[in-house]
Amino acid sequence: MRCLEREGVELLFGYSGGAAMPIFDALVDSTVKLVLVRHEQGATHMADGYARATGKPGVVLVTSGPGATNCVTGLLTALMDSVPMVVLTGQTITSMLGKDAFQEADVTGITYPVVKHSYLVKNAADIPRVMKEAFYLARTGRPGPVLVDLPKDITQGPCTAPMVDEPISLPGYHVPGRADPELVKKAAAYLAKSRKPVLYIGHGAVISDAGPAIMQLAEKLQAPIVNTLLGKGACPEDHALHQGMLGMHGTAYANKTVANCDLIFAIGARWDDRITGKLSEFCKDAIKLHIDIDVAEFGKVLRPDVCLAGDARLVVEDLLPLVKKCDSADWLKEIGTWRKQYPLKYPKKGGLRAQYVLDRLDKLGGRDCIITTDVGQHQMWAAQFCRTTKNRHWLSSGGAGTMGFGFPAAIGAAYASPGKKVWAICGDGGFQMTLAELATAFLSKLPVKVLIINNSYLGMIRQWQELFFDNRISGADLEGNPDFVKLAQAYGVKAWRVKRAGDVDKVLKAAMAYDQGPCVVEAEVVKEDNVFPMIPAGAAVKDMIIEKPKHRMEKPQGST
Amino acid sequence: MPTTIQRGSQFELDPGKPVRRHPVTEEVIQPLHTISLLVRNKPGVLVRVSLVFSRRGYNIESLVVSPALSAPGASEISGDFSRMTITCSGDPDTLEQIIKQLEKLIDVVHAIDHTGQSVIESELALIKVTIALKERTEILQIAEHYRAKVVDYGSESMILRVEGETDKIDAVIALLKPFHIAELVRSGKILMVRGSLTT
Repeated sequence: MRCLEREGVELLFGYSGGAAMPIFDALVDSTVKLVLVRHEQGATHMADGYARATGKPGVVLVTSGPGATNCVTGLLTALMDSVPMVVLTGQTITSMLGKDAFQEADVTGITYPVVKHSYLVKNAADIPRVMKEAFYLARTGRPGPVLVDLPKDITQGPCTAPMVDEPISLPGYHVPGRADPELVKKAAAYLAKSRKPVLYIGHGAVISDAGPAIMQLAEKLQAPIVNTLLGKGACPEDHALHQGMLGMHGTAYANKTVANCDLIFAIGARWDDRITGKLSEFCKDAIKLHIDIDVAEFGKVLRPDVCLAGDARLVVEDLLPLVKKCDSADWLKEIGTWRKQYPLKYPKKGGLRAQYVLDRLDKLGGRDCIITTDVGQHQMWAAQFCRTTKNRHWLSSGGAGTMGFGFPAAIGAAYASPGKKVWAICGDGGFQMTLAELATAFLSKLPVKVLIINNSYLGMIRQWQELFFDNRISGADLEGNPDFVKLAQAYGVKAWRVKRAGDVDKVLKAAMAYDQGPCVVEAEVVKEDNVFPMIPAGAAVKDMIIEKPKHRMEKPQGST
Repeated sequence: MPTTIQRGSQFELDPGKPVRRHPVTEEVIQPLHTISLLVRNKPGVLVRVSLVFSRRGYNIESLVVSPALSAPGASEISGDFSRMTITCSGDPDTLEQIIKQLEKLIDVVHAIDHTGQSVIESELALIKVTIALKERTEILQIAEHYRAKVVDYGSESMILRVEGETDKIDAVIALLKPFHIAELVRSGKILMVRGSLTT
């Protein structure tokens, strides 16, 4: 526990159990505050939201066996999105390891593929060193989750080992800082030749706080910016050079920009399949530059012309003095035409639209709030209509696509940012996966506002079935949804329901002003609406669907 | 620590190399790559390493783990580090990604693909052959030609111990195939780079 205090840990998210009892006992005398959750998955997403909102590792404490296995989804979510997290799991006593003891699970074994690193501590004297390494590994380089499995006899016995002050010795671990100056020069030379550059910003830019440096670069070059789902917030999306999100459900003008550029510069982004679509068609003739702190990302998906290994902010700062304005006036004009020609739009008639609710949320102060989301249609609409202008104000599960992430992540973010309003935008499906945390939010009177976009469907699945599977709806109808308002009230949480577009402003304003703790807004929206634009999985950017097609479509070639 | 990526050159296959066939089934085998790793001697390292291969559906042909010197340049063995020599087959792009993912593991100090380098490689095999009386001389001739040692000589079987490069051992096995090979145990390949380069 003293190790946690030394790492500056203020609070941890946990759920108790037999094998973790000595640690919970030590919490009583510690300055570290415990947030008691209702399910271990919730604890991991809260720690994740806390970490995404601050950049500091989120800490989770759970017990052995099922307590630990319930964390696996949260670990995967954090690993895929490079989120610093330290998960402490109780374990049966060392002499019983591997003997099928009560609540025993091979937790390090189960979690190998979903952690950055892990430890099974078998000697109490190792605790100070292991904890120091765990926090160091979680937050440095490409951040990620680190798991520490602590057998009960190890945490029970007195640990007389001194705190570790000497430098950490990890001979197999290197953290790139600045990139090779020769390669930075090479990148600058390519930028100087470009007439149609585009900056493609990912989560790495958010993590390294590279936003201000990137804005300087964009303005100096006069280059347009696009960002990934997780790159939202690094650079203000309301800036004139910013074209919003690219990829499968990105804006049409962002995708046209990427499809027509002569140079694409990835800054902390990893050419994900949601972005590239059909790889052989993606920016075929464009020069590709790539900054990443993880050298294993270079050449994983495609082979860039210049790979800059280092921290996104430091590399962009080194690059700044070497670049000058590109001859991009025609290019920006062309993009301006696309913006006018293909704006984000949605039907104004035929019932309440999720897009309208989210658009209004953005206009009514959503831009100053931290926004978290679940996964699905509402996530894509939120990404399109809620412009993110501040770093670490957009928290969404990207790589893993974890439903049930949004609400607990908002709780974590609210703990991390006192005084800030936090909106969790959830679908009716995802919210039901982790709604038990309403109790956690209620007890702490957290200013978490949940907006449930309720279409009584797993909307994204239904959309695919409509477009690509002859509208054969299978496993997507969420018939039997509860009355979300009554459900919230059962937890003592204030709730509103909105069914008519005319009531949206009134309810959102009331929720925004509500300061007595968490609250829930259920928006009953059109059941069968689709997210557009859309690039079908595995298709090329030029095959983007901007509105609902009249003809039947082929099943997509890409994975999902 | 690599800060630049060499475009594929280090993983390109030697075009002059003949197609390899399995000594028994005679199926064409993908060219083999040998990767040596210096790793921290910690529980779980082997699982982490093998997961990098299995996640991509890659099969490890052989794997040898042994104690290593305690640090580059040190002369004693402290038990802190181990050597792994892994032989596997597959396409160069995936292999390049595997090496990078191995390098990324916290407990891996370095991972090097030695394809195309000048190396000393060696492997040991124990081969138990069931023998009929009239076959003895022929088997002994094969053994003598390949400097295999007869380490067990019974009335119905004998065990040969043969050491050398993988190709040589494959050849012995292929020659013994017409007789009855009852058991076969190979140590897996170990390797060291000549000269001043690091293994």
